[in-house]
Amino acid sequence: MTANTKSWALHIALLVTLFTLQFVLPAYHQGNIARIMMLAVFAMGYNIMFGYTGLLSLGHALFFATGMYGMGLSIQHLGISPATAFVCGIVAALLVTATVGVLALRTSGVAFMIVTLMFAQSGYLAVLFFGEYTRGDEGFVIKQAQRVIASVDLADATNRYFAALLLFALCIAVTLKLVTSQFGHVLVAVRENEERAQMLGYDTFKYKLAAVLISGTISGVAGAGYGLLFGYVGANFATVQYSIYPLLWVLLGGAGTIMGPFFGTLFMFYLIDLASDLTSAYMLIAGVALVLLTLFARNGLMGEIRKRVLPWLP
Amino acid sequence: MAAINLLTTRGLSRSFGGIKAVHNVNFELPAGEIHALIGPNGAGKTTFVGLLCGRISADSGQVFFSNEEITALPVHKRIARGIGYTFQITSIFSKLSLYENVSLAVHRSSGDKRRDFDIQISEALDSVGLLDRAYQIAGDMSYGHQRLLEIAMGMAQKPKLLILDEPTQGLAQSEIAGFNALLKSIVERSTILLIEHNMDVVMEIADKITVLDFGEILAHGTPEEIHANEDVQAAYLGKNNA
Repeated sequence: MTANTKSWALHIALLVTLFTLQFVLPAYHQGNIARIMMLAVFAMGYNIMFGYTGLLSLGHALFFATGMYGMGLSIQHLGISPATAFVCGIVAALLVTATVGVLALRTSGVAFMIVTLMFAQSGYLAVLFFGEYTRGDEGFVIKQAQRVIASVDLADATNRYFAALLLFALCIAVTLKLVTSQFGHVLVAVRENEERAQMLGYDTFKYKLAAVLISGTISGVAGAGYGLLFGYVGANFATVQYSIYPLLWVLLGGAGTIMGPFFGTLFMFYLIDLASDLTSAYMLIAGVALVLLTLFARNGLMGEIRKRVLPWLP
Repeated sequence: MAAINLLTTRGLSRSFGGIKAVHNVNFELPAGEIHALIGPNGAGKTTFVGLLCGRISADSGQVFFSNEEITALPVHKRIARGIGYTFQITSIFSKLSLYENVSLAVHRSSGDKRRDFDIQISEALDSVGLLDRAYQIAGDMSYGHQRLLEIAMGMAQKPKLLILDEPTQGLAQSEIAGFNALLKSIVERSTILLIEHNMDVVMEIADKITVLDFGEILAHGTPEEIHANEDVQAAYLGKNNA
């Protein structure tokens, strides 16, 4: 079996497992996994920029929230169908990403982090400023009747789980195809040594911009999907916290691996979930776990597995 | 018959602060030769080739490549026109395998089928004697091997002009003979511009030599002419011309 076949087989196995889990999981965990899959899509988008291209953004909440608000506001104020609204969210994320990308990529390193962070803060403040439409901090609920696509009610737990799985599977397929393509290899080359990539004749700005566009758009898909599946759009998702989360999930799961973001999200979600059962200082437990992982598994969960057991893992 | 110039510069200059690193250089490089660029440390050699391939932008002057002006073109467009460059300080993708390193060089420069890629990658690695290490991680290899990988990447681009910045630095004496033979085989398809400190290498393989000193061309000629040139000896040995 070639490395490519093996990696497709492994990823399909993950999807089949998730499909089967739906039938055995209790309702509580079923909801959690659906949530985790959507957040993992967000993290996978983040990973294209951070893990594969080496661009550390601190502003991905902006792209997630743009997808979410693009979808939510068009349902709320334009009265269009949820499917069209979902597309609106993605298009909005694409446009915002393109603007931020072109401007932020004029900088690099720490300046790039700061610029992306500032853009995201502007996005958050814009949500509050236009409170008349966005309902500010409070946010707004997307009613069950507004969440029916092709007579499938996305408010139903089972439908919601499969919709999340569908988006997650699409995202796995797209990113896997992407990173194993020649384009993906050039992204890695840019991450490893941008000047060398340039001296091999690659227009590295174009590659970085493409990575930002893909990353931001996937994050927008996650935001629009999350809002639609869970029926709530709020300013909380535009805060800096939601820019840090995908970074943490990706670091935990393994930057520059396809499945890493999923396992990072899963791990952190349940770590917080379990820790909060034990104590109100649950973030302390989460923090200690994070420090331990960073000390002893620097490449993240999947990164360590790639290093020790499966060198072909994309 | 006059030789056709692959590369020409006219009045090429670049200063850093008050220092004229390259000053008013008129340089001609005919196709098909191994041309060595020598000069004392700080003579402006690396800056000069940086101006040729676009890593450094010129303050004034022009660069022509294959009879077209490329002065204003960004790096990647110059590389696409057929300039290959290998770095003085080894610059490879150290976390990737040798195969992937060379593959990045091959892919950009050819539109062939995948099977041909493999052949081209293998050829480039084989020519520097690294084929049996194709799947080793580049950063795990010795410095000398990394230098050879760097050259393999330059070759794999199949450039019209290959600029090598001190390629023998860090190579063992035993590897240098093989390196000379390698350059002689490359020149059949690529013109070579070589910055080199090892005078044995220069005298053995260069067809022509240009000597830079204080950013200006001090002398130009065959190895024998340069060897006999008093100005060159003065620049290298610090003699007074008075």
